[in-house]
Parts: sequence; structure tokens; C-alpha cells
Amino acid sequence: MLKIREKLQQTELWKSVFRHNYQDTNRNRALQIVDNVFLHLHPVRISRHATNLGFTWGMGGITFLLFIILTITGVILMFYYRPAAEYAYEDMKYLMNDVAFGPLIRNMHRWAAHAMVITVMLHMFRVFLTGSYKPPRQFNWVVGVILLVLTLLLSFTGYLLPWDQLAIWAVTVGTNMARATPLLGHEGPFGPQLGMRIDNDVRFVLLGGTQVGPPTLLRFYVGHCIFLPVIASVFMIVHFWRIRKDGGISGPATDIKE
Amino acid sequence: MDIPATPEQGTPQVNPAPSASGSVSPGTTGQARPAGAPARPSAATPAPKKPKQDKPPEADPGIWRISRRNFFSVAGWAAFFVFLATSTIGTLRMMFPRILYEPPSAFKAGFPSDYLVGEVSEKYKDDYRVWIVREPEGFYALSAICTHLGCTPRWLESENKFKCPCHGSGYRRSGINFEGPAPRPLDRLKITLAEDGQILIDRNIKFRFENGDWVKPDAYLKYS
Repeated sequence: MLKIREKLQQTELWKSVFRHNYQDTNRNRALQIVDNVFLHLHPVRISRHATNLGFTWGMGGITFLLFIILTITGVILMFYYRPAAEYAYEDMKYLMNDVAFGPLIRNMHRWAAHAMVITVMLHMFRVFLTGSYKPPRQFNWVVGVILLVLTLLLSFTGYLLPWDQLAIWAVTVGTNMARATPLLGHEGPFGPQLGMRIDNDVRFVLLGGTQVGPPTLLRFYVGHCIFLPVIASVFMIVHFWRIRKDGGISGPATDIKE
Repeated sequence: MDIPATPEQGTPQVNPAPSASGSVSPGTTGQARPAGAPARPSAATPAPKKPKQDKPPEADPGIWRISRRNFFSVAGWAAFFVFLATSTIGTLRMMFPRILYEPPSAFKAGFPSDYLVGEVSEKYKDDYRVWIVREPEGFYALSAICTHLGCTPRWLESENKFKCPCHGSGYRRSGINFEGPAPRPLDRLKITLAEDGQILIDRNIKFRFENGDWVKPDAYLKYS
């Protein structure tokens, strides 16, 4: 048995995956992290207080975990859901009643979505309390606000997809606010003066029509599944990168050396 | 493309672009020459190869000098940005549908004799979001769009009012709001008689109570 293991460890494949031994030196431990594409996303070393839950509440990390859960369960749901007015509600019912583990996956998606909005808020609250929006982290605060808006938009677009009465009227109410958009809405300030009508303003683009209908469902579906997650991912990359560059997830910021 | 007027006649035109030697040594066309250095290396000091320079830097028109290389460079960038702009405009335009699969704004609502006096008809509510109210003196059409946030209220016959299920706005039979968050009465819609004697309603023409529109002729169809 030991011989097989020894032989295995000599293979090219093993050595390609495990490039470093177990030597407990600072250098080797750092190399183990840095030489791995997945682990290197983590800092090689962090200060002890950075792991203190009382300082960070772990809310940013939990939010990211929920985003991953939402991505995976969302993709699974896409196998059964068709974003057309004739099918959407039926497919949702099918998922909830007849698909094996359908209710589990859909409820995971639903509850993770609710939880993500809450954890984003708590994360923002924590950052505010610890003053982590102050320089040099002020740029990352702005990125975070954009991510908050994207999270709320993801929540809003996902709300329409069950295509039941609650969804349709909630989105009707929500998008009616777009009528009052300054300049771009046909009932907003300076909108009519700029030639905005009900069939060419910003609400019309959002809905794909003058009322919530089948084109709206398709638009919200594409936005929910492709457009918004991709944009959010890009901003998340920047968000995490700035955390590292600005001195880590907790503790005093790095001095700006210039 | 406008070229700044430069004293070109004073300097011999040695254009480095098409020559083979110019392309192998980058930076010779250059801008990195320190100010005050002689424009071209003299024959006496051959050792440090000074970059070839046909004009002093301040007179150098830079990107706007039309050599063949610059022409293609500028044309290439122009083509790139034109492509970018047109495809952006095209994509944005694509988001505005030309054809809407929605019910038409004007519709015929049957003959006046189809309605009973004192009735609030919900016959056309599902398709067109319109109530037709029959009074002894005539008809008016109410838009079934709540003025609060756009839900569809319900006609409650026993309570003689319209009630919105979303946030509880209530309207009298006339369309005047009296409870809940609704900021103003329901819209009345243009109602006339078509040539064939049917009631014709145009949902695009709205009459607002607060603007005094309800007394206008098309807001009320006189019929007895």
C-alpha cells in the first residue's frame, strides 16, 4: 500500500498538482498558496485580528458565498424554466410540484436571494461602523454601493420570473416609478419637453412595451441571468482586488507610499 | 484633416516613415529628443546616434502630420470608433420594439342599448382596463389604472366604490378618490359614438378631473 502511494507520488500528474511538500517553513507555506491559482486569491498571510468575527461579521464573505449558491441553483433552475408568458408560470409550478428536488433548488435560490440582500445591508452597516469607507478605502466603498444597487436589481428582476399576479403587479408598480425619471421618463421633469412619450421613454425600454407583458418577462430574464450577474462579477473582482490592495479585510489601512 | 501651419519650407523634408531604416529603429521619428539638442548629428561627431528629426519638436504636428503611416493609423482608429459608435447606437435602437403585441388604444364597446342604467360595466376591464359607467343621462369611461402606482382596482358593487387591492386606494363611482394613498381621481377616457352607432373609446385621450377636463365634450357621452 505504501509502495503504491510512493509510486503515485512520483507520477508526473501528482507532481503537477502537488508541487510542494509538507515542510513547515514560512517560505514553503507561502509557496503552497502562491503557486495555486485558486488559493492565491487568498492572501498568503493575514494578521490575527482579521479572523476576528467581531470585527468583520464575515458579512462580505457570506454575501459572496450566497452569490455562488445563487449562481449554481439559478443555472439548475434554467434547465426547467422557459421565459415565455405561456410557459413561465407552468414551469414554476412544475418545478415546485413534479420535478425531483425542484422545491429544494427553487427554495434555496429564493432564500439565498433574500439572505443576500440582508447580508449586503449588514456588510454595508459594518463597514460604516468600523469607518472602513475612509481613505484609502473610499474607492472600494463606491464599488460596494454599485454592487448594492446591482444586488437590488438582481432581486427585482428575479421577482418577475414566477409570472404570477404578485410578480406582475409588483413589477408594474416598480417600473411605474420609471415614468417619473428626470429627462428620460414621460412623466418626469423635462421629460415631455425632450419628446418623451409612453412609447419611447426609459420605462418603455425596460418593459419592451407600454405595459408589463411577455417582452418584459424576456427582458427581465436576460437581465437576471446574464447581464446583471456578469456586471456584478466584474465589480466583485474589482471589490476583492481593492480589499487586498488597501490593507486587507480588517485592521488599519496600509500607508499610501508615494 | 487640418495641418497646423508650420514653417515647412525652412526644413528639408526627410520623412522617415516609408524608409526601411526608419521602421527598424523605433523612436527615431521621435519625440524623446531633449530640448536644445542639435536637429541632426553633425559629421564631426558620429559616435552617439542622435534620433533623426526633421522638424523641431514644437513645430512637429505630431499625429496630424500626414505621412502614409499616419494616414493609415488615423484612418484605422477612425474606422474603429465609427464602428463602435454605430454598433452602440444600433444596439440601443434595437431595444425599442417597433411592433407591440398589445391591445389597441381605441376600441368599440358595443351599442348603448347593451348597458343598463346605473350599471358599472366590467365587460372591457380584462382586455382594455376600462370601466363603462351608464347613467340616466349618458356614459363615461373610467380608466382602471390606480393613480397611486398603477394597479387595477376592483369594482365593489355592494360598497358602491372602486377599491385597489395593492395599497387600499378607494374611489367613488364617479372616479373621485376618497381613501388610501391615491393622489388624484381616476382618469376618464374619450368616449364617443362611432358611425355604426357603437360606443367608441380611445384610451390615449385622457381627461383629468384636477385639470377640469371632465366637463369637456368627449369626456361624457350624452345618451338617454
